[in-house]
Amino acid sequence: MRNAVKQSWITFKSIFTGMGVTIRHFFGPTVTLQYPDERMELPKGARARLFVNIDDCIGCNLCARACPVNCIDIETVAATQDVDLGKTSTGNPKRFWLTRFNIDMAKCMYCDLCVHPCPTNCIYMVPEYEYSEYDRSNLVYHFSNLEPDMVAEVKEKAELEAEQKKRDREEMMRKKAEEKAKKEMEEKKKAEEKSEATSDDKPANDKQGEE
Amino acid sequence: MTEYLTNINPVAAILIHAAIPLTIILVYALVAIWGERKIAGFIQDRLGPMRVGGWHGWAQSIADLLKLIQKEDIIPTDASRFLFKFAPFMMFAASYAAFAVIPFSSAYIGSMVNIGVFYLLAVTSVLTLSVIMAGWASNNKWSLLGGMRSAAQMVSYEVPTIATVLTVILVAGSLNLMTVTEMQAGNDTLGFLPNWLIFQNPFLISAFIIFFISILAESHRVPFDLPESESELVAGYQTEYSGMRWAMFMLAEYADMLLLSLLGAVLFFGGWNSPFGDFMGGPLWGYFWFMLKGLLLVFVMMWIRWTLPRYRVDQLMHICWSILIPLSFINLVLTALWEVIF
Ligand code: SF4
Ligand code: SF4
Repeated sequence: MRNAVKQSWITFKSIFTGMGVTIRHFFGPTVTLQYPDERMELPKGARARLFVNIDDCIGCNLCARACPVNCIDIETVAATQDVDLGKTSTGNPKRFWLTRFNIDMAKCMYCDLCVHPCPTNCIYMVPEYEYSEYDRSNLVYHFSNLEPDMVAEVKEKAELEAEQKKRDREEMMRKKAEEKAKKEMEEKKKAEEKSEATSDDKPANDKQGEE
Repeated sequence: MTEYLTNINPVAAILIHAAIPLTIILVYALVAIWGERKIAGFIQDRLGPMRVGGWHGWAQSIADLLKLIQKEDIIPTDASRFLFKFAPFMMFAASYAAFAVIPFSSAYIGSMVNIGVFYLLAVTSVLTLSVIMAGWASNNKWSLLGGMRSAAQMVSYEVPTIATVLTVILVAGSLNLMTVTEMQAGNDTLGFLPNWLIFQNPFLISAFIIFFISILAESHRVPFDLPESESELVAGYQTEYSGMRWAMFMLAEYADMLLLSLLGAVLFFGGWNSPFGDFMGGPLWGYFWFMLKGLLLVFVMMWIRWTLPRYRVDQLMHICWSILIPLSFINLVLTALWEVIF
């Protein structure tokens, strides 16, 4: 009997304790964030969408090499001598046209590894996380700001210049080779003349030396 | 009002009398389903529905209703078609019919029968039957288990409910709920308390506790929601139902909850009597006080639902047969003695 009373006391006590807790929460504040209407402030350094400030990029390819999943795709074309691409805001000279700079955010795993190697701090994450797409290919972000015909022109120019350079180099090589050959010839001649002269003087000595 | 209408046109009188409780039930169900979700939300530090209709998602239940109307009415191939189709309506009819003897205000009661409480308890036991019907007709093991559990539970818990109702009737001396309410008018228990039955007699307080526990079980509320237990029986006897038939079950369940809460309000808390004596009296205020008392009990039921876990089947039966039934009968005898002595 006493046990039963004690048990009932414990039961009712725990029920009312529980109900006290719930009623306190009932009148307490809620934690819901009405998402599309309200947004949480992202913490500093949150990992989200990547952004490239293409004006500052020097095309060094360090970010692409750092990426563990190869989702950065960079194609650079060397600038020809007649154009000056200027300098980045950090003072580094730019020497490449960036004909392609694509980041596939579908593959990206937000590891942040590409951000740190950049010498000009131009690739970084922006607090933007609502970019779902119906088509996966829309998740490839194109950062290069060159027009397609510009790309073609730049490429052509660069090719031309490269060819020119190649030809120049070949020319130079040939010239060098010719010069070398000339020199050798002259030296040979000299040597021959010398040897002729010496053989005329004392050929017997020579033969002895050879033996 | 009743006599006046009957004198003009008996058929119209019947229709109006039938329509008033139905309107109350339907409006209440819409509000209560929304309210339950809001209460659940607030208790869990959430907000609950917020979108539909503007202010705090008040139109959520209406939107749900529209959705349910559009749903396909699926009947399993191996189900017993007639019983399967009929069960939800029977369930709703049972809880709706019981509202006939509830005195909503001093001017309105559906039917002024002398055996009001008896009729109410008899009609609500049809609920058990419809639950078994639904469980059996679905031809699904979850449904059948749910139906069986429900039958066992409701039959068992009807005993303490009836015993406690009997305790009240013993004090009140009438089975007519209108008379029971009328005799609770006034405000002079201990000088200031209203003359409600719960304040009349210490054993009626324990009777109310037993009564409340039993109606939780009768209306399948947590912690006694074993017939529906979503986590183990996938909603029990409702598993195979969809669309409007399922909505009927839902409606009947909420109606049952309201019915038993209102019964509790009549039996223990003075029905439509104002807690301040004559102040704020009259039929309309009576209706207000009555619904307020009923809805407060409904709120406590919801509050308990979001607080307590569910009992096991054997614990449920243990509570009923070896605790509540003996206690309620002891209580009945003690009340009778108290009435004889004082
Ligand atoms: S965050 Fe990581 S995965 Fe994404 S692009 Fe940078 S290095 Fe690659
Ligand atoms: S590391 Fe920076 S500068 Fe180099 S290619 Fe990537 S973005 Fe451009």
